[in-house]
Amino acid sequence: MINNLSDQDWLNDSGPEKDVILSSRIRLARNFNDFKFPNQSSKDEKDALLSEMCSKLDFLAADYKFTLMEELTENERNILQEEHLISKEHLLSPAGKALFLNNDQHISLMVNEEDHLRIQILHAGLSFEHLWEIIDQLDDQIDARLQYAFSEKWGYLTSCPTNVGTGIRVSAMCHLPALSISGRIDNILGTVGKFGLTVRGVYGEGSGSVGEIFQISNQITLGHSEHEIIENLTAIIIQIINEERKSREYLVRNNFLELKDNVNRSYGILKYAYQLSETEALKYLSRVKFGLDCNLLAEKLDNNFFSELLFKIRPAHLNYNNDLNQNNLNKKRAELIRNKL
Amino acid sequence: MLCDNCHQNEAAVHLTRIINGKKEEIHLCEECAKDNAKLNTDQNDLSVQSLLAGILNNNFGFDQTKFYQQNTLEDRQSSSEFEVCPGCGLSYQEFASKGLFGCSQCFNTFSERLDNLFKRIHGNVRHSGKKVHYLKQQEATVIEINDLKAAMEKAVAVENFEKAAELRDKIHALQKNMEADGND
Ligand SMILES: [Zn+2]
Ligand SMILES: [Zn+2]
Repeated sequence: MINNLSDQDWLNDSGPEKDVILSSRIRLARNFNDFKFPNQSSKDEKDALLSEMCSKLDFLAADYKFTLMEELTENERNILQEEHLISKEHLLSPAGKALFLNNDQHISLMVNEEDHLRIQILHAGLSFEHLWEIIDQLDDQIDARLQYAFSEKWGYLTSCPTNVGTGIRVSAMCHLPALSISGRIDNILGTVGKFGLTVRGVYGEGSGSVGEIFQISNQITLGHSEHEIIENLTAIIIQIINEERKSREYLVRNNFLELKDNVNRSYGILKYAYQLSETEALKYLSRVKFGLDCNLLAEKLDNNFFSELLFKIRPAHLNYNNDLNQNNLNKKRAELIRNKL
Repeated sequence: MLCDNCHQNEAAVHLTRIINGKKEEIHLCEECAKDNAKLNTDQNDLSVQSLLAGILNNNFGFDQTKFYQQNTLEDRQSSSEFEVCPGCGLSYQEFASKGLFGCSQCFNTFSERLDNLFKRIHGNVRHSGKKVHYLKQQEATVIEINDLKAAMEKAVAVENFEKAAELRDKIHALQKNMEADGND
């Protein structure tokens, strides 16, 4: 079975190591022989690949919903991207692009993205081994029905040279408020780069990140097996988790009153504001999540609030009727958060 | 604090950029931040292509000026520099400026240059990891054939020729299957 993750939704905050790791993701880049890669193929050629896939991969029909990207409104496409179910690349020029989305929404197959096929699986918390088992099996099922472009020397052949080999990208979304507050983050993230991994702020640019959320992923795809890549990333992420927890302990011990004040003030703003920009909302939500994880928050709060609000406060989600200007977006965002907390 | 860009709205987004080792702070209002795509979540992907183009155009010591001076048009056309992929029509120059392969045949077409490229990107030139279905099957068959061969030699050694003949037939059958799969 490909979708045996139904016990918990990836969008909640209940996965393993959830106090630091918001979600884990694995994606595979795959192409097929006898079809030009999407960057070289015409609309007709893209459609030909689509119909070939739909007929050969009919086993997907039971658990997956098939959608042509062209048939969605721009806002609907943005919503999928805000939920990380499709990539930014998949939003652009939707002609000839399609999506198979698993009914439990953990798995998405993007067709005619940068590669013919991008298979992606997401889950709450840290769970790479589990995700690999599922995606590996799904990959085998597709491999048995369609011929992947593969060379013994270079492995899976991809559009971009940076994905050649395993075609795997493993990433974790990490919430690192204590490392950010204490300023240790730059040093740690710099070190991580030496191990063939990349780190980037999820919201914002450079080493800083609004909401103190960072994505850590492997960079090298050729010459190491999938298991080695996953083990390497996991080992480093576990160290980051430990460092984050150490910093939290240290901060709470040494700056208790200051932090408690900061966390509960942040909660107060979220609870009583009537206008919130995205940046502002992210900043305070991050502090409230931090406060909840460190028992600094006076209010009782359902731990799922953070991951859920992270995408629900984003523009496409707020603006699904497409009738709001910036001020109204900020008003609606504040209302949503007020009701949730 | 007012926005650095429009100087009208209150700054809501505060960014730190490091340019030439110098830290620079930028304060933008929400509208301008959005315009400038400063909150763009996939910004890194853009620079990947331009970085690659840099590596590829560098051509690993290939001196373009010298090349044009020393070679006639005919020489140039037969050179791999002007080779075009039969699968998708992409030339090496186009590949170099785009940073993307056009089809699976590009890998054979430009194979001479790829070791260098992959070495720079991945520090490796050989895949290690998962293999496609038919190669995995082939490997399993090779192992089985080797086991059967060992068993056959043992049977011959103890003069059990009937057993040996049976094993030989099995080996032949497996080898035939493998050849057929290869021609698929
Ligand atoms: Zn402005
Ligand atoms: Zn080609």
